[in-house]
Amino acid sequence: MLNQQIQSLCDTVKHAYETKQALNIQGGNSKSFYANHVDAQTISTTDLSGIIEYQPSELYITAHAGTPLQIIEDTLTEHKQMFSFEPPYYSPSTTLGGSIACGLSGPRRPYADAIRDCILGTDIINGKGEHLSFGGKVIKNVAGYDVSRLMCGAFGTLGIITQASIKVLPKPEHEITLLFEHHQQQAKKNIQDWLNSLIPITATYFQNDHLWIRISGLENIVSTIHKKLGGEKIHSSKTFWQAIKNHQADFFQTDIPLWRCIVPHNTNEIVLQGESCFEWNGGLRWIKSEETAEKVFKTCQTLNGYASLFRSKEKPADCFAPMNNQVKKLHMNLKHAFDPENILNPGRMYSWC
Amino acid sequence: MYSQKSLNTDEIHHKHMLDRSEIPALFSSCLPKACIFTSIEKLRPYECDAYTAYRSLPLAVLLPETKQQVIDIVKTCQKYQLPIVTRGAGTGLSGGAHPIENGILLNLSKLNQIYEINHELQYARVGPGVRNLAISEAASTYDLYYAPDPSSQIACTIGGNIAENSGGVHCLKYGLTVHNILEITFVNIDGEVITVGSECYENPGYDLLALLTGSEGMLAIMIQAKVKLLPKPANKEVILAAFNRIEDAGEAVANIIASGVIPAGLEMMDQAVIQATENFCQAGYPTDAAAILLCELDGFDEALQWEIQQVTQQCNQCHATSVRKANNAQEQELFWKGRKSAFPAIGQLAPDYLCMDGTIPRQHLAHVLGEISNISERIGLPVANVFHAGDGNLHPLIMYDANNAGELDKAEEIGSQILELCVSVGGTITGEHGVGIEKLNQMCVQFNSQELIQFEQVKLAFDPERLFNPGKAIPTLQRCAEFGAMHVHAGELPFKDIPRF
Ligand SMILES: Cc1cc2nc3c(=O)[nH]c(=O)nc-3n(C[C@H](O)[C@H](O)[C@H](O)COP(=O)(O)OP(=O)(O)OC[C@H]3O[C@@H](n4cnc5c(N)ncnc54)[C@H](O)[C@@H]3O)c2cc1C
Repeated sequence: MLNQQIQSLCDTVKHAYETKQALNIQGGNSKSFYANHVDAQTISTTDLSGIIEYQPSELYITAHAGTPLQIIEDTLTEHKQMFSFEPPYYSPSTTLGGSIACGLSGPRRPYADAIRDCILGTDIINGKGEHLSFGGKVIKNVAGYDVSRLMCGAFGTLGIITQASIKVLPKPEHEITLLFEHHQQQAKKNIQDWLNSLIPITATYFQNDHLWIRISGLENIVSTIHKKLGGEKIHSSKTFWQAIKNHQADFFQTDIPLWRCIVPHNTNEIVLQGESCFEWNGGLRWIKSEETAEKVFKTCQTLNGYASLFRSKEKPADCFAPMNNQVKKLHMNLKHAFDPENILNPGRMYSWC
Repeated sequence: MYSQKSLNTDEIHHKHMLDRSEIPALFSSCLPKACIFTSIEKLRPYECDAYTAYRSLPLAVLLPETKQQVIDIVKTCQKYQLPIVTRGAGTGLSGGAHPIENGILLNLSKLNQIYEINHELQYARVGPGVRNLAISEAASTYDLYYAPDPSSQIACTIGGNIAENSGGVHCLKYGLTVHNILEITFVNIDGEVITVGSECYENPGYDLLALLTGSEGMLAIMIQAKVKLLPKPANKEVILAAFNRIEDAGEAVANIIASGVIPAGLEMMDQAVIQATENFCQAGYPTDAAAILLCELDGFDEALQWEIQQVTQQCNQCHATSVRKANNAQEQELFWKGRKSAFPAIGQLAPDYLCMDGTIPRQHLAHVLGEISNISERIGLPVANVFHAGDGNLHPLIMYDANNAGELDKAEEIGSQILELCVSVGGTITGEHGVGIEKLNQMCVQFNSQELIQFEQVKLAFDPERLFNPGKAIPTLQRCAEFGAMHVHAGELPFKDIPRF
C-alpha cells in the first residue's frame, strides 16, 4: 500500500543520512507554531493519505500518517465511534501523524484516555531510512519494547510515522454541558465529588468563576444527572468544546504569550501574573503571561508539573521546561539509537535533541 | 522426576571470570551476609520462574532490603561485569526471571512497602516488591482500587507487572499496566536513581514510562512506582452465556462490542476448560456447552441496565442456549471462580501444560480456534482454550507429560505453530506474558532483522554493557538465522555480517 510513496520517503531519508542533511518533517503543517522551528529541507507525509483498515467492532482504525484527521473522525462518527482522546486541531489541515507526533490530547483526556494510551502500532522510517513496523492492531501486545508508543509526543525526532493503528471507542449517545458559577476552590471540589460518585463527566473548563462540565451518556441518564446536579444547560455543547479544544474561544485570541501548564490537578494556584483558565479538573492550566520563561518553568516545576510555551511571537531557546541531566542523557541516547546522524527534525522538541 | 532442559546460553556474554565462592566477599559491603545466598540448596528455589520447562542456577541470589542496597549491588555488578536478572515473585510465564548461570539473581520481594496512598490525587506510591492485590487492599479504605488484575494477583509484584505490562480480566475497559502507571523510579546501570512520569495527566519528552513498561527487566531496575487508583464501581453485574458452537460465542463477542458496550470483563472458555473447572470447583457452568462467555458490566445505574439488555439481546441473537445473570454478589464470585481456577483445573488434567499468550484481532477468533484444534490433532496433544475474548488475547493451554520422552518438544511445536498462526492473521505472539526465553524464536517471525536491530539499539541506549537480563526478550540475528524464520527484508540478505548480541 502506497509502497512507492513510502519507498521514495525512505530514499530521501537514506540520502539525507548519507549526506548528513537535516530534514524538517511536515504533515498538515498545522502545528508549526508549536515548539521549535527546524530550518531544513522539508519532507512531507501528505502523499501518505487514506484509511487502511477500519472495522468498528474491532475497536481500532489503521490509517496512513498523512490522512487528514477530519476525514478519520468523520468516518468514526458515521459509525458512532470516536477517538477517546479528542484530539485538538488548531487548523483543519491537521493529520493523524502530526497529532501523534505532538502527543496532544483534548478535553476528554482525564475521563478517558491520553493519545499515548490509544497507540496500538506505528510504522516508521528511522534516521537510516529503514521502514520499520512496531506494535500492531491489538490492545495487548508486549512483543519487544513499546517503540510504537515512544513515537507519540516525540515530534518526529525518532522517526517519520508512516501509518498508525489507533484504538477507538463507542461515542456516547448524547451529551450536555452544564454551567455553574463557582469559585475555583469550590469548582474543583465539586468536580472531584462528582467524579468520585461516578457521574460520567467527560470535560471540564473553568474561567472567571464559571465552570462548564460536559456529561455524556444515554439521553435519560444525562437528563437525570442534570436534575441532580442543577446548573444551567448551555445551548450548544458541541460548539462550546470545539472552541475550547481548537482554541477558537475568546480566551485564546491574544498576542500575549500563551503558556500550557501541566500540574497535579489539586494544585491551588499557580502564582504567575496573567489571566488563566483550566481544563482537565485543574490538571491543565492555560496562562497568558509576560513572565520570563525561566520563571514559568521554575514555578511549574516546583509544583511537580511542567510548562511549555504554547504560542508566542518570540520564543526562548526551548519552549519546553528543561529536564535533569540523567533524563536528558537518556533522551540523547535514544535519539542516537533511532537517528544516529541527527537528521530527523533536529531541535524540533528540545534544541539539544 | 522432571525431565529438564537447560537453557542454551551461548547468546550471553560472560566477561567476568568470577567463581561462586568469591561472590559473598564482593557484595559484603552492599548488604548483610544473611541476604546473600550461594549454597546450592538456597539457590534451588530460584532455578526457574513459572515457566518451568528450563532450569539453571545463578551464581548467587541477593535479597536486598533497602533501595540503597539495590544501588550498591548494581554498582558492584557493573564494576565486575556481572549480569543481573531481577526477580519479583517469579510468577512470570515466559522465563523473564529465569536465572543466568554466570549472573546474579536480584530478588526484590523484600522491597514491599506501601509508602503512601494519596486519595486526593488517587495514586499509591509503592516499592517494587509490593504484591498487586496488596495495593487494592490498602486502597480499599478510601473506596479506591488498582485496576489491572492478573489472575496471579495474590502473588505477583508490581515490579513484575510493570516489567511485563501485565493485563487482567478487566483490561478491555480499564487498560493494561501501561495505562495505570503514573511514575517510575529506577536504578540505571551506573547505579543512578532516575524518576520518570509524575502525578500529572501528561509528561514532557519521550514517553520513557511506556518504554520501561513491558521492558522485561532489560533496561533498568524499578525501585518505586506511583500507580493510578480508581473509585470502586458502585454496581456491577455478571452474565453467563452458553453456546452450542464456539463460532456463535465468537460472533456474540463482536456484536456486543459493536452494539456500543465496553464490558468490564469479557471472557470465553471452551468445552475442555468448562469441564475441567466444573470438576475442580463447581462454578455451575453448563458442561454440555461448546463455549461459555462470562461478561462483567459495571457503571451508573441506568447505563448498567441498558448494557445488560444489550448483552442479553446480542447473546440471544447469536443462538445462546442460556443467558443467566448472577443474582447476588456470591453468585458473581462463583461465576468468576470458575474462570479464575482454569489454570489449576487444567493442572489436574495433565501433569504439565504450556500456556500460550497470542493475541489476535477478534474477527479471526473462529478461524484461529479451528486451526488450533487442527494443530493439536496433527501433533497429538490436547489443547484447552481460555481467553480474554474482549481483547482477543488467547491462552491455549497445551497439556503434556514431561516424563514422556518427546512430549515437551511436541508441546513446544504446537505452541510455536499457534503463535505463528496469530502473527499470520495480524496478531502478536504475546499479549501480556512477555517474550522472556520462551518466545525468542517467534520474535524472529514477528519482526525482521532491521526491527530487531532497532530494539537492540534501544537496549544499548539504557544498558550499553548488556548487563540487565541479557539473552531475554530480543533474539540475536544468529538465533533467528538458525531458527530459519527471519524475514528477508526487501530481498536483502540480512546475515552478511551477523552481529552476536
Ligand atoms: C497462575 C498464573 C496466572 C497468571 N495470570 C496472569 C494474567 O492474568 N495476566 C498477566 O498479565 N500475567 C499473568 N501471569 C503472569 C505473571 O504473573 C505476570 O507476568 C507478573 O507480572 C509477573 O510478576 P512477578 O512479580 O512474578 O515477576 P517475575 O516473574 O519475578 O519477573 C517478571 C519479569 O519482570 C522483571 N522484573 C521483576 N521485577 C522487576 C523490577 N523491579 N525491575 C525491573 N524488572 C523487574 C523480571 O526480570 C522478569 O523479566 C500469571 C502467572 C501465573 C503463574
